[in-house]
Amino acid sequence: MSNIGTKIYGWLDERYDLTALVEFGKKKTVPIHRESVWYYFGGLSLFLFMVQVMSGVLLLLYYRPGADQAYESVKFIVTNVEFGWLVRAIHSWSANLMIFAAFIHMFSVYFTKAYRKPRELTWITGMIMFFLAMGFGFSGYLLPWNELAFFATKVGTDIVGVVPGIGEFLMKVLRGGDDVTGATLSRFFGFHIALLPAIFSAFLGLHLMLVQKLGMSTPIEYEKADNSNLKTMPFFPNFMLRDALLWLIVLNVLAILAVFFPFGIGPLHWPLGLKADPFAPAPAGIQPEWYFMFMFQTLKMIPGKVLFIEGELLGIFAFGAAGLAWTLVPFWDKKSARGEKNKLINILGIAAIAFIILMTAIGWL
Amino acid sequence: MKSIKSSIAFLLAGFLIVAFGDTGLAKDECLNCHQELEDELQTPALKIKNDIHFQKGLTCADCHGGDPTSDDPDISMSRAKGFRGVPSHQTVPQFCARCHSDANFMKTYNPRLPVDQYQKYKTSIHGQKIVKGDEKVANCVSCHSVHEIMPANNPKSSIYPVNLPQTCAKCHADEEYMKEYGIPTDQFSKFSVSVHGKALLEKKDIGAPACNDCHGNHGATPPGIGSISNVCEQCHVVMGELFSKSPHKPAFQEMDLPQCETCHSNHDIIPPNDDMIGVTEQSICMECHAEDEENDGYKVAAQMRMRIDSLRVRYEKAKKLLEEAEEKGMEVSDARFDLKDVYSALVATRSDIHSFSLPVVLETSNSGLELADKTMEKGKQALEEYNFRRLGLGISTLIITLLIIALYMKIKAIEREQKTS
Repeated sequence: MSNIGTKIYGWLDERYDLTALVEFGKKKTVPIHRESVWYYFGGLSLFLFMVQVMSGVLLLLYYRPGADQAYESVKFIVTNVEFGWLVRAIHSWSANLMIFAAFIHMFSVYFTKAYRKPRELTWITGMIMFFLAMGFGFSGYLLPWNELAFFATKVGTDIVGVVPGIGEFLMKVLRGGDDVTGATLSRFFGFHIALLPAIFSAFLGLHLMLVQKLGMSTPIEYEKADNSNLKTMPFFPNFMLRDALLWLIVLNVLAILAVFFPFGIGPLHWPLGLKADPFAPAPAGIQPEWYFMFMFQTLKMIPGKVLFIEGELLGIFAFGAAGLAWTLVPFWDKKSARGEKNKLINILGIAAIAFIILMTAIGWL
Repeated sequence: MKSIKSSIAFLLAGFLIVAFGDTGLAKDECLNCHQELEDELQTPALKIKNDIHFQKGLTCADCHGGDPTSDDPDISMSRAKGFRGVPSHQTVPQFCARCHSDANFMKTYNPRLPVDQYQKYKTSIHGQKIVKGDEKVANCVSCHSVHEIMPANNPKSSIYPVNLPQTCAKCHADEEYMKEYGIPTDQFSKFSVSVHGKALLEKKDIGAPACNDCHGNHGATPPGIGSISNVCEQCHVVMGELFSKSPHKPAFQEMDLPQCETCHSNHDIIPPNDDMIGVTEQSICMECHAEDEENDGYKVAAQMRMRIDSLRVRYEKAKKLLEEAEEKGMEVSDARFDLKDVYSALVATRSDIHSFSLPVVLETSNSGLELADKTMEKGKQALEEYNFRRLGLGISTLIITLLIIALYMKIKAIEREQKTS
């Protein structure tokens, strides 16, 4: 370390006891086994979130909220601003890849039962961040104020309104009135760039702190085996550098996708299209983002009435209950907590993945 | 007990009033009787329920006279009671005109309905022939039907725009029926394949003209040679104005040629195309203007066609360039907007052909050509930008890939060192 560096380190160490932190980092290891590959998806989600923050800040330099300016400003970004098209494409692709990485991270943690004691809160904070990420997606989708975004938001917020009791109130809160208007856009802009990032950052800090404190979880089968045989690698620098290697590879993929498909590809697309017109008829083929598709398709397929309950309401309750049960899995999966195998968890997880893939495919076809 | 009895009597009386009290049907003995009769005597009573007159509260007696309150035919259909009976073919127009020419009476039902039908009818070929005793020529009921008359805006009506050509064709497409008049009977078959006929009959576009829009309805008559452009101009305003100022107007008049019809025909008007203009074999211009480099008409036709072709080719080129750029993910919505203006200029140039004036065509086409060039330039720039992006991507990918390799080697080196230590 250079002389100045040593001096700065010394100054900080004297006040904040950095040596203790460095010692902690030196001792920190990551288990090596067949499932180690899944450890990288948490870091990858974090990397893509950082890309989101950086590209989002750049977009913010030119984006103007408001029904009479939003569409024009996004159009200006992609046509006139130097590399504006690239920043928007990166922001859009990175958002989708982040959700995808978060899905893989969530399912890998689920199947390896990494949520079991003592990591219950790590799982809970992760799940909250997953829901917040979806909120980022939903609120960000409206910001270009184009036709597709307008009607997709209308349909999405209509679904919220179905919930008995608080549904209508929630819908009005989201929309800032009875209908999707410029007030909704201002509100979603606020959610997207201030409220959600603030909450997300708090949970992200907590999540990372818990990960550092508790270390990486070892799957049950390796934990039960003789621990002295389990290989490990130091977190610093080995795992961190491997993480960085994957981030660079993903950055390369992101650049290729952004250049060749700046407005997306297939069902994963975000063309600017026409400006939102509340008086125009809804265009054909309104679809939510891919990660909402399985829920949207299920609600579409449920009959209007199931026994005495409204079909849509039943669907919303079912998804709510399933989401809650999924989030609380560390508290009801007693077997895994005791270090025993739990096949039911695997069956439920596989069923959930199959259901998501099937419903998404039906929605797209 | 007494009160119960009086209540029942009151309810019964109420029921009878509601059931039979105020229905025209119950009072109108004409309908009651004719419903029980057979064939043509029964038909009017069955059809009349769909008739606008009946729906507005008029009864049989309002047209035919007589006493509808009596069920005795000798009284209800007696001349003493004003019974007029069935009008003859020749007297139908006057029969209808009793009310329909009476502005005071008609405005109590529909103030917007004209009251000049009979006056116009008298000026029509139909009206002129009927007074000469022609028993076959159309009168009111030939087109409007009898006893089932519906307003023109009712899609079931025989005079609803989409149904009107068929109504006229009942007589005018019947060779046998029309034989003695010596006029063609192919109007409907020609109209059906025309641009107007397809729009009206296939697309059900009631904005497209039916027979009456060119020939008039009650005053139906073939438009004279000199007035055809006035007829077409009702819809094709710009072309009509340009033509009336063009050198073709006096020339056609002198040669006794119908105006629009000479180039576009009448009933079988096909969608116009660029081949109609110019000096090729398919060109209509060549029917009058001989192939002669010194002939002004020939020269103008050739140059006008050249301008249209240039504009069309450049429009298509610009469109192709923008499509290619869009396929490659480039944002060219502004250029797309310009392309619409180029297309508008092409349409305007095609319209300006009707001026048959080269300067007019040049002025419009020049602005279009200029814009087409600008749009093509925007398309080319978008494609150049795409290539620049690919180059930039190539360089950055190379740098990132080198970093990946370097990092990989660093990790391997660290791990080797850790193993040995």
